[in-house]
Amino acid sequence: MEDSGARSKILKEHFGISTKENQKVIALAGNPNVGKSTVFNALTGLRQHTGNWPGKTVDNAQGTFTYKKNSFLLVDLPGTYSLLAHTVEEEIARNFICFGQPDVTVVVLDATSLERNLNLALQIMEITSQVVVCVNLIDEAERKNIIIDFSGLEKELGVPVVAAAARKGIGLEKLKEEVYQIALGLKKVQPRKIRYSPEIENALADLVPKIHSLGCEQLLNPRWVALRFLDSDEELINSIVKYLDLQGWPSVRDEVGIAL
Amino acid sequence: MHEEKTNKKSQTTLSQMPVGSTCTIADLHLEGLLRRRVMDLGIIPGTAVQCIRKGPSGDPIAYTVRGTTIALRKEDAAKINVFM
Repeated sequence: MEDSGARSKILKEHFGISTKENQKVIALAGNPNVGKSTVFNALTGLRQHTGNWPGKTVDNAQGTFTYKKNSFLLVDLPGTYSLLAHTVEEEIARNFICFGQPDVTVVVLDATSLERNLNLALQIMEITSQVVVCVNLIDEAERKNIIIDFSGLEKELGVPVVAAAARKGIGLEKLKEEVYQIALGLKKVQPRKIRYSPEIENALADLVPKIHSLGCEQLLNPRWVALRFLDSDEELINSIVKYLDLQGWPSVRDEVGIAL
Repeated sequence: MHEEKTNKKSQTTLSQMPVGSTCTIADLHLEGLLRRRVMDLGIIPGTAVQCIRKGPSGDPIAYTVRGTTIALRKEDAAKINVFM
């Protein structure tokens, strides 16, 4: 388990979020227009407040709910199609999931547009295994005669999948239960691992041990960091240095530069 | 004259597709943020895309891809090669 003191500090300083003791932090992610706000409002009711992310003009909403005597702080992330395109919204969402270390990230998907929505879910699953997928708008899907194999989806993804129609209150209890189980470590998840081409996998095999040696795997998934190095994701690398205050990164960068 | 039959599909750009026609994406000559965004919306090699509608002066152009309708600027669609 990560050092909660360090996490609280990062949450406060970089994201303007204060948590109570033992309060679980839940990130709410998803494409725009999937009903994320509906889910957020349904779970938190009036126990929410909105503002901006520190230093940005993007909206931030936080709210709380209690379930089985545990307190949860729900943080509504900006709607994004992916975490890789470097708009302000995507940067905020990605930084929060990576460095804010939420106990669970709920990814809300649109049941009528699953294929495109899964892009974000899979990207998030590459960063963290603490994921619950919420397939929302199932009432819309039913109207359009779209039939979804939820247990099949759950098997393929390796994380809990909850069917929901948040505006009708459907699926919310199950969502809270799954979030509770993952947040408290009562359930183990094995997110599907994305395999790349042999070329990339070889490069990863080379790079991942070097990233391991920097000792940040408690905070960041080394395979994901390696992938971003191969992507030449300068912005992320700078964020890592900024949020985690690590030495040793410049030398890894040089090695990657030589290898590439 | 004996006409040779081949299985080779003709290649064109996304911007030149007639309204109503469907094509398969061949490759994208876009860079940076725009490339990411287009790929995030599901336009990647092998994807089937249908041209739905064009704006007043042929710009922008609406396409259906993976169950969703999106719009692209003609100059951006011109950089995406497709098979028809």
